Order: sequence, then C-alpha cells, then structure tokens
Amino acid sequence: MITLKYFASLKSVVEKEEDHLDIKNPVTLDQLSDIIAATAPKMGEMIRAKKVLISVNQEMADDDTIIRDGDEVAFLPPFSGGTK
Amino acid sequence: MSTSTDSKIRIQSEDFSVTEEIETMKKVSRNIGGITTFLGTGRELSKGENITKLDFEHYPKMAEKKMEEIREKAVKDFGIIDMSIIHRIGPIDIGENIVLIVAAGEHRQETFKACEWAIAELKRTTPIWKRETTSNGEVWVQDTP
Repeated sequence: MITLKYFASLKSVVEKEEDHLDIKNPVTLDQLSDIIAATAPKMGEMIRAKKVLISVNQEMADDDTIIRDGDEVAFLPPFSGGTK
Repeated sequence: MSTSTDSKIRIQSEDFSVTEEIETMKKVSRNIGGITTFLGTGRELSKGENITKLDFEHYPKMAEKKMEEIREKAVKDFGIIDMSIIHRIGPIDIGENIVLIVAAGEHRQETFKACEWAIAELKRTTPIWKRETTSNGEVWVQDTP
C-alpha cells in the first residue's frame, strides 16, 4: 500500500488530505498519474501539466521515479512560505 | 514539530523572540563578530486587497529536512559560523512574526549574503504554503516571488 498526501490548494481539488492505494508491483510516477487520473481527472490533468511538484518519501521526484509498496507520495502546489 | 529553543531549525505555531534567538546564537562561538537577521512579518496589503487573516501550512518532516539542508549549505558555502531558521505555521495576525533567519559569522559580509540566500532558498524549496483571507475570500498564495 502506498500513501498519497495532498497539501494546501490540492486538498480541495481532490476533496481529501490523504489517500491509500494498493499497488501489486512498483510503478513509475507516470503510471501512478494514470491511476490517479482515473478517479480524480482534474488532479491527473494538473500532474501532467506539471502544475504540482511531487515528492516520494520527502524527496523531490521526477517522471522516472519508481514508487514501491510502503512509499509516501506527496502532491505539492508551488510553495509560498517565508515572506516577500 | 520541534519546539525546543535549542534547535537551530524549528517549525512552530507559537511566536518567537528575536532577541532570545540572537542571544542563543551568540552563545555558539566566541568568534562571532557579526549577526544578520531576516524577519518576515504578516503584511496587511496584498495586490491592493486588505488581508484579514493569514494561515500557514507545512509538510511535516520534509519542511524541516529542507530547512536543515539550507542551514548546512549556508554554513558550508558562505563560510558562516552557524544559522538558525524558525518558521511559524497556523493562523498568524497582521504584524506578527512569520519567519526568522539568523546568520552568524566572523565578519558581516558573509552573514548578509548567507541570510539573503537562505530566505530565497526557503521560499523555493521548502514545502510551506500561505493562505490569505481578504474581503474577496480565501486564496492559497502561489506566485509570491
């Protein structure tokens, strides 16, 4: 099982903060995007348009990152901490 | 969420004292000859709109990790003695403290550079988000340079 986490504006896009997904074999981020798009099309669209950053186990990921059972995948909108 | 005032990296909901943080930093080394601080505070105006409320959210563990990476790189690349970074989360009123960076070095030049680099890097790499409430409603800020 993998854990999916959504932050800030993305929580209202998918209407949840966290989700869990059973995957039989390791998947690429690209494949995971397809799985997510099947149930949350708007989220899938944002991932494909690179409007969100994605981390796996708290490290930034790219299209080729492999996701394995037990991983934590987080979807991160552009950061706005600190101050101007 | 770390709240120990001994930690150089902290994300906390409660306010902090700039004076206390500087005093803590001064105890790190007797070779400190200059300290530069950056303090970010809640601003009332944003794009011409009056902000009534600010709220900060973070990704626990990853945010602390990124802030620690910034601290370590600042010490290594700018040759400063030490740096502390504190960021508040949760609801914050206008005028309140949001973020503090304290850069200490033997001389002032490296501390100015390290401090400016660190706040820019924090905004670029640390998963912390700001939500502003104005008379037009709530919005997650995404385009602050």
